[in-house]
Amino acid sequence: MSDLETFRSETRSWLEANAPDALRGKRNDPEAVPWGGRNPNYKYPECADWLDLMAAKGFTAPTWPTEYGGGGLSREEASVLDQELMDLELPPGLTGFGLSMIGPTLLQYGTDQQKQEHLPNITGGKIRWCQGYSEPNAGSDLASLASAAVRDGDEFVINGQKIWTSGADHADCIFMLTRTETSGKKQAGITFILVDMDQDGVEVRPILLVSGASPFCETFFRNARAKVSNVIGEINGGWTVAKALLTFERNMIGGMAAARTSLPDLGAEYLGRNDDGSLADPILRDEIAQMEMDALSFGLTVQRNADAVKSGKQPGPESSMFKYYGTELNMRREQLMLSIREQQGLGWEGDGYSTDELVQTRAWLRSRGNSIEGGTSEVQLNIISKRVLGLPG
Amino acid sequence: MKLILDPAQAMLAKTASDFANKHDPVDRQRQLRNDKSELGYSPAVWSEMADLGWTGIPFAEDLGGLGMGMAEAVLISESMGEALAPEPFISAVIFAGSLIEALGTTEQKQAWLQPTIEGQKRLAVAHQEQATRFDPAHCTTTAEQVDGGWRLTGTKAHVIDGYDANGWVVAARTSGGDRDEDGISLFIVAAGANGATCTHQARVDSRNASTLVLAGAPGELLGGVDGGGPALSEAIDRATVALCGEMLGMVREAFERTIEYLKTREQFGAKIGTFQALQHRAAEMFVEIELCKSVVMGAARTLDEDGDVSNRIAQVANAKARCSDTVILVTNEALQMHGGVGMTDEYDIGLFMKRARVCELTFGDASYQRNRFAKAQGF
Ligand SMILES: Cc1cc2nc3c(=O)[nH]c(=O)nc-3n(C[C@H](O)[C@H](O)[C@H](O)COP(=O)(O)OP(=O)(O)OC[C@H]3O[C@@H](n4cnc5c(N)ncnc54)[C@H](O)[C@@H]3O)c2cc1C
Repeated sequence: MSDLETFRSETRSWLEANAPDALRGKRNDPEAVPWGGRNPNYKYPECADWLDLMAAKGFTAPTWPTEYGGGGLSREEASVLDQELMDLELPPGLTGFGLSMIGPTLLQYGTDQQKQEHLPNITGGKIRWCQGYSEPNAGSDLASLASAAVRDGDEFVINGQKIWTSGADHADCIFMLTRTETSGKKQAGITFILVDMDQDGVEVRPILLVSGASPFCETFFRNARAKVSNVIGEINGGWTVAKALLTFERNMIGGMAAARTSLPDLGAEYLGRNDDGSLADPILRDEIAQMEMDALSFGLTVQRNADAVKSGKQPGPESSMFKYYGTELNMRREQLMLSIREQQGLGWEGDGYSTDELVQTRAWLRSRGNSIEGGTSEVQLNIISKRVLGLPG
Repeated sequence: MKLILDPAQAMLAKTASDFANKHDPVDRQRQLRNDKSELGYSPAVWSEMADLGWTGIPFAEDLGGLGMGMAEAVLISESMGEALAPEPFISAVIFAGSLIEALGTTEQKQAWLQPTIEGQKRLAVAHQEQATRFDPAHCTTTAEQVDGGWRLTGTKAHVIDGYDANGWVVAARTSGGDRDEDGISLFIVAAGANGATCTHQARVDSRNASTLVLAGAPGELLGGVDGGGPALSEAIDRATVALCGEMLGMVREAFERTIEYLKTREQFGAKIGTFQALQHRAAEMFVEIELCKSVVMGAARTLDEDGDVSNRIAQVANAKARCSDTVILVTNEALQMHGGVGMTDEYDIGLFMKRARVCELTFGDASYQRNRFAKAQGF
C-alpha cells in the first residue's frame, strides 16, 4: 500500500471512530461547522468536541507546520483528508478568517513571536477573526482608507469606521488596515494591525443582507488601542501585507466553487430521466453539461497552478483569475440550481419546501455577494488587464 | 497526473516553436493559398519534420518511433497552430498512424506505419460522410466480401489531408443499420486503386480536404470485422486532442497580436488599450485561454494514462468544447479589436479566423461535445 493509501485508511478509521454522530451527514449545514472563538454559541453542542478532536490531530490546519498546531501534511494528504470528510458528509473541524486569511499571512509576514502568539490560537479555534478593510468611502479604491492609527508609546490609538465587516459581531479580534501617514502616496501610509475587539473603543452594528441573514457589520473605533507589537510587516508598509492577504482571500473565495451538490443528480431528481438515461429537459441538460465542464476546466486550472507553484513559481496577480472565474462559476451554479428546482426553489420559510430547498434560496442570495467581496469582478478584470497583460492606463 | 511540463517536454516545446517560426509563419500559409495549392502544405517542411523525428512521436521505439505520448504530440501541434503551419501532422501521424499502430498486422505496419514515420508515405482517415453531424457511427458506405477480398462502395466527405495521400483508412459498414455503433469495419484503400476517386474540396482555410468516392474499390481489412467502432472512436479522440493543441497555439498567437495592437494603436489621443471596455474583454479572454491550457494538458495526459473510457471521453469532450468556443471567441474579438484593418485580406487575423472555423467544426463542435460529455457522465 502506498503511503497515501495508508494515510487514507488510517484517517478513515479515525474519523469513523471519533466523529460525533450529531454532525454526520451535516456537511451542508453551515451551523454544523465549528467556528471557534471565545463565545462560540453553537447550535450543535458537539461542534466544540469536534473542534478539539480535529485540532489535537492538527486537522484544523492540515498543511500548516506542526509547531503551530498544524498537521504538517502534504497537499495530497490534505486532499485525502478532505475527500474522507466529504465521503462521510462530515463538516471540517474549523472554519473562519483565521484559517483562510490572517493565518497564511502571518506564516508569510509574521515575526517568530507573532506566529507563536497567534497561530496556535487559530489552529486551536480559540480566537475568531474578522477583516477590517472596507470603509464607507474606501471600497474598490481600498487604498484611500482613512481610519487613523496614532502612535502613543508602545501602542496605537485607532479612530474611524469600517463597514461590511463579515462576522464582526461574533469575532474576538480584527485584522485591519489603518492610516498612519497622510502625506505622500496613499498606498505608502497604511499600517496592518491586529486589534482585540474586547474593549470599549470598539462598537459593532450588524447589517441585514438580502438573504435575511446579517453576517456583516459596521464597526466603529473610538480611541481603541492595539500594541505596536501587533503591527504585521512595517509601519506604513501595510499595503504589501494587505495585498498578500487579498491573494489568500481571493483563492479562498474562488475555491468555493468546488461542487457540493451533484448537478446531474439534482437534475434527475427534479427533471426526471428519459428511457436512455438522459435528463428529460434537453435544454437544462445542456446547461448542466456546460456547468460541469466549466467546473472541470477550472479544477484543472487550479491544479495546474498548484503544480507550478510546487515546482517553484511565485503566486502572482493570477489569483485575480481564480477569484473572478471561481466566483462567477459559483454564482452561475446557484442560479442553475434554482432553475432546476423551478418554483420549489423560491421558498423563504415554513411548509411546502424541504430543508434543502430553503437552504438553496438563501445560498443563491448569498452567492450574489461573491463577485463583490474580496474585490469586485470588475476590479479583478482591471488587475488582470494591467498587471498580467500589461495594458496601459 | 502532473499539469506542468517536465524538462524534456519544455525542451521539445521550445524546439517545436523555433522550428515553426523559422519557416515564415503565417506567410507560408498565405503563399500556399495564393498558389491555389491543392496539396495545401509543403513537402519540404514535412520531410524536415520527419527528420526531427516528429512523425514518430507517439509510436513505439521498436517501430522506429520516439515512444512518447499525446502530452508531447500537443506541443508539436500547438507550435503549428501558432504559425498556422498546414503540414499533415494530425491527420497522418496522430489519426491514421494511431489506427495502424493499434490495429495493424506486422505487414501493415511495415507497409504504412514505418514509411509514415520516415516521412515517405502518409495515410488519411476517411471516416465521415455528408450530413452525419460528427457521429462516427453514422456510416452508410458498405464493404462486401468478393472473391476473398473486400470491395467498398460509398462516398466519404471532408477527408482531412485526403488529397494526394498514399492511401486512406476508410470506415465502412459490414453489418447493422446506418447509425449503429456496431458493424463498422476499417479498411486500407491504396491510392490508385480501381474504383477509388479522390477530389480536392476547396475550403475556407485553403488546406487539404477531399471527397473520396468508392465504387467497388478494393480494401484491405484493418483490425477485426465489425469491431472498428471503438478503435475509430479512440483514434478520433487522439486526433481531437492534437487539434485542441493546434487551436491553443492559434488562440495564443491571435491574442498576443491583439494585445500588441491595443498597446500601439491610438484613438481619441490615447492608446486603445486604455479603454476599459476593451481591457475587460481582453482580461476575460486571458482567463479563457488559461482554462484552455489546462484542459489540453489534462486531456492529453488522460489519453496517455489509458484510463477508463468514460473519463477519457469526458476529458476529451471538455477540451474540444472549450478550445472550440475559445478559438471562435478570440479570433472574432481579435478581428473586432483591430477595426477595419482586421477585415482586410492582407492582414493575418483573417487567416486565423478562417482556420478557427474549420477547427471548431472538425471532430465535433461544442454542442456536440457537451452532449457527448453528458452521455459519458450518465446524464
Ligand atoms: C458578502 C460580503 C462580505 C464582505 N466582507 C467584508 C469583510 O469581511 N471585510 C471587509 O473589509 N470588507 C468586506 N466586504 C466589502 C467588499 O470588499 C467591498 O464591498 C468591495 O471591495 C466593493 O467595494 P464597495 O462596496 O465600496 O463598492 P464600490 O467600490 O463603490 O463599487 C461599486 C461598483 O463600481 C464598480 N467599480 C468600482 N471601481 C471600478 C473601476 N476602477 N473600474 C470598473 N468598475 C469599478 C465595482 O465593480 C462595483 O460594481 C464584503 C462585501 C460583501 C458583499
